[in-house]
Amino acid sequence: MSQSIFYANAGMGKNVKGVALVAKDGFSARYDLDRIHGVFSRPEHKLAGQSYKDRVLILDAAKGGVATAWMLYEMAARGIVPSALVLNAVNPIMVQGTALAGMTLISGFDQDITQAIADGASVEIEPNGQRPFIRVVERST
Amino acid sequence: MKLNDEEKAMLAGEFGPLRQWAIDHQIKVGTYLKAPDFVPVMQAHIMADTESLGAAGVEWLENWTKLPAEQRQVRIPTITDPRGTDFAAAGKLRQQSWMLDLERRTIVAFEALGILMTDTCINYQTIMPPVRGEHTAYGDTGVVIYSNSVCGARSNFEGGPSALSAGLTGRTPRYGFHLDKCRRATLIVNVDWTPESLNEWGALGALIGRLAGDYWQVPAIVGIERSPTSDEMKHFGAAMASFGSVALFHIVGVTPEATHLSDVAAAPRSLRCYDLGVSDVRALQASYGGVLDKVDIVVFSAPQLSLVEMRQLSLLLEGRRTTIPLLAITSPQVKPDADRMGITAKIEAAGASVLAGMCFYQSYAREMAEANGWKRLATNSAKLTNILGGYGYTPALLSMEKCVEIACDGGRISQ
Repeated sequence: MSQSIFYANAGMGKNVKGVALVAKDGFSARYDLDRIHGVFSRPEHKLAGQSYKDRVLILDAAKGGVATAWMLYEMAARGIVPSALVLNAVNPIMVQGTALAGMTLISGFDQDITQAIADGASVEIEPNGQRPFIRVVERST
Repeated sequence: MKLNDEEKAMLAGEFGPLRQWAIDHQIKVGTYLKAPDFVPVMQAHIMADTESLGAAGVEWLENWTKLPAEQRQVRIPTITDPRGTDFAAAGKLRQQSWMLDLERRTIVAFEALGILMTDTCINYQTIMPPVRGEHTAYGDTGVVIYSNSVCGARSNFEGGPSALSAGLTGRTPRYGFHLDKCRRATLIVNVDWTPESLNEWGALGALIGRLAGDYWQVPAIVGIERSPTSDEMKHFGAAMASFGSVALFHIVGVTPEATHLSDVAAAPRSLRCYDLGVSDVRALQASYGGVLDKVDIVVFSAPQLSLVEMRQLSLLLEGRRTTIPLLAITSPQVKPDADRMGITAKIEAAGASVLAGMCFYQSYAREMAEANGWKRLATNSAKLTNILGGYGYTPALLSMEKCVEIACDGGRISQ
């Protein structure tokens, strides 16, 4: 049986259950998103055209500028926001933004998390324990 | 995180609820990023255009202004990144009244917090450049990478909430580029060609940013044959930060911490190593706008133009007439000098527009595109080309000379 639980180096926020939206690509609220409609809008992004609302977003690395620190708060206030962010590598902006927005974030794995979890899988995240983790509850079909 | 007595008092609310929120926010961030304690900072710089803040963010700021002055005002010099408009040009840009209302409310709120409305992303060229070893809390990735790399200052990317927190507490969590160990090179990039134009410097920075891959990587660049100018470093760093989230680079023999490669890489052979040359830069340039034969607008912005860039543009426009919109966006500090020296008049005499205190991508770029029918854009800023795709534009990365030529030829791009 393949691995179903993946431990992270750090986490914050609330426990979350949801459906994973996965890509081997970066994440920046300013560069990548149409925040009004809740979709990835940068044409080169591997999730271009897909909705991120209420999805557990599993991506490679935080990218781009500092705007994400405010934008996550604004997105959360309108309810058009991912339910959690799961990243191989964070930058400080992603941490600062999720802290202000009260979102869930975990990052830093001993393998590439975008390859370990399939798009569409049902997952749950516990970010606050000694060892924050994401668990695959049901694999995508 | 280890807290001293003053930090514990802030956390307990003894300095009021805003400073309590600020240090609690910093502790959350610092704990996540394994900061052992705080480091005092001497300056803060806040990115807070209203497209990023949104109505929710503006209301959040306004709520704090109801506190007594002694509880709400920043403790250290705290300045601002570009705003979302130049009020004098908002009509020309077809920005809507609700955008301007949000901007006005934000300015009132920031002023109540004691923040200096400098509205610039080139504060290292115009306001107060940091000195080597100075710990700061800067927003705007271009400001951070320039200050860290060229000035030898020490800052992480501090988003608006965290830069505001630093202004209020006078400190920031000690992680990342405040620490010696994080300033060592993690990859080496050998270049056999030194760029000449600003867009070439930006394109090289973009390539290195892509190679670096994430925030914690520090490229050491070997082979640059001369000291770049401040404007060249500005475009180089801004692009690297934009494409790779990079906050620090070293150019061996040029930047202050890397007189020799061994200063930043004890065992260079153990690091990732790449070779880049002019063909790589040309390929990146061609990837932006290579299929375009016409553009709707030319923009010089991101970062804001220095006085030297403004003068260069005015000379290129002398005796010519633009036939599509050309926006030259600078800082509120440069603009009066450009006015006084007749540079603004020369640019505007050619039909172009000089804007101040904003930056194109931070000014509701999507809405401006829809209102003005702008879809295809030419610029000499690699950073701008990287950002604008997500806003629905197809950007072309060209030299300033070529952009001017296009602007004066109905937007046509001759090959």
